[in-house]
Amino acid sequence: MRRVVSHPVLGTLTAAREVKIYVDGKEIRAREGEPIAAAVAAAGIRIHRYTAERGEPRGVFCGIGQCTDCVMVVNGVPNVRTCITPVMEGMIVETQHGAGSEDR
Amino acid sequence: MRKVDLAIVGAGPAGLAAAIEGAKRGCSTLVLDMNPLPGGQLVKQIHKFFGSQEHRAGTRGIEIAAQLLHQAETEEVEVMLGAEVYAIHDRTLEVAWAFTGDSSTSSSGGGATPPSRHLAIAARRIILATGGAENALNFPGWTLPGVMGAGAAQTMSNVWRVLPGERILMVGAGNVGLIVSYQLLQAGAEVVAVIEAAPRIGGYGVHAAKIRRAGVPILTSHTVVRAEGRTQVEKAVIARVDSSWQPVPGSERELDVDTICIAVGLRPNARLASLAGCCLHYSPRLGGWVPIHNSRMETTIPGIYVAGDLSGVEEASTALEEGRLAGICAASSLGKSNPGDDERIAAIEERLISLRSGPFCQPRQDAKQELIEIGEVQCCKE
Repeated sequence: MRRVVSHPVLGTLTAAREVKIYVDGKEIRAREGEPIAAAVAAAGIRIHRYTAERGEPRGVFCGIGQCTDCVMVVNGVPNVRTCITPVMEGMIVETQHGAGSEDR
Repeated sequence: MRKVDLAIVGAGPAGLAAAIEGAKRGCSTLVLDMNPLPGGQLVKQIHKFFGSQEHRAGTRGIEIAAQLLHQAETEEVEVMLGAEVYAIHDRTLEVAWAFTGDSSTSSSGGGATPPSRHLAIAARRIILATGGAENALNFPGWTLPGVMGAGAAQTMSNVWRVLPGERILMVGAGNVGLIVSYQLLQAGAEVVAVIEAAPRIGGYGVHAAKIRRAGVPILTSHTVVRAEGRTQVEKAVIARVDSSWQPVPGSERELDVDTICIAVGLRPNARLASLAGCCLHYSPRLGGWVPIHNSRMETTIPGIYVAGDLSGVEEASTALEEGRLAGICAASSLGKSNPGDDERIAAIEERLISLRSGPFCQPRQDAKQELIEIGEVQCCKE
């Protein structure tokens, strides 16, 4: 996907401080203050996790923290709702498989 | 434990309006919201609102949010973001505070886990303004990445400035489906079609006209049959439906899309109210299960009030009015009133009736009246 740079109502996207996060080991440049889900979408990533039993892919559904479809493993913590969790410098984000860790 | 007069859950139009009224009457007021931004769904409403002057017709939702926040700040309302209320008991709110919402502190982690802490807040009065949630639509492939709520697509493009997809199918031609389609066009996406199962467009003609002028077909009596794709949406199959909503054999058609947006209505987000023990009532016209409340917006749990989409899915304008009403009434129950409050309450009630008039809104007025009548019997009387 891509950034909405120019917009007839909202105007040109203003510069934001860059925050680097790492998604499955790949460096992604995010905008400070945006949620993880926006940063990964801008990088073209749509699959946030795979379900436990059938291994089906899931992505963003509600985008406002209600449905929990978009959870990923963030800094080792599984089930983090990426749509309402802002990026932080150096954040380690991983695609979640099932519950996200074997001991859960 | 932190103590406040008034704790409000949800920093959307209802919650902020309630907070402003409470604070104006001398209540120490705290608003909690789990999102990183305040304003609720107003922050993605970049279109101008309809209605009368006193309901800020001609003003964009994002501007209304900014005005409310400014007013809240002036009245010394505290807004805590990233704060999720996960339980309420004995007028104590249990809060998981995931981050500060302040980028100057949240960006200094160096790879650390977002700070998370537990807070308990004792509130003399609680107003729940947790809003609504988008309904899902169940069809084969509906769980594929690329199928999302129309509101999610709107949040992505208008708030976070990321296009949620390049080629979009919109399912639902109510106001949300029509408005979001137009806004996705504005953001640079291609809207391949808007489909609507009903035989006619549900939203306002002015919104439909805008996207038709842009060349987007609106197909009534059509439904989505399935989404196809291995790991994400690569195609949608749509079909015509007959008068009993069944797909007409042979009418299937493939659309080359990467995104399917679902705009088939909202339901009240009554989970926290239910956890808090508020009795619910099922009202299809209000979107589903809603907390029973009386004319003062108080629920069956004394001291817990509701306002906005949680108490019936409507508009931002009605949410603002209900928020004001809940704020004034909650403050009044603490003995904190301003001169003229009785007249203010009467004026709000009058405006609510006028907002709920007309063929489109009258059913909601009737449903709301029914809910309040149940509330007058079941809720405590002071």
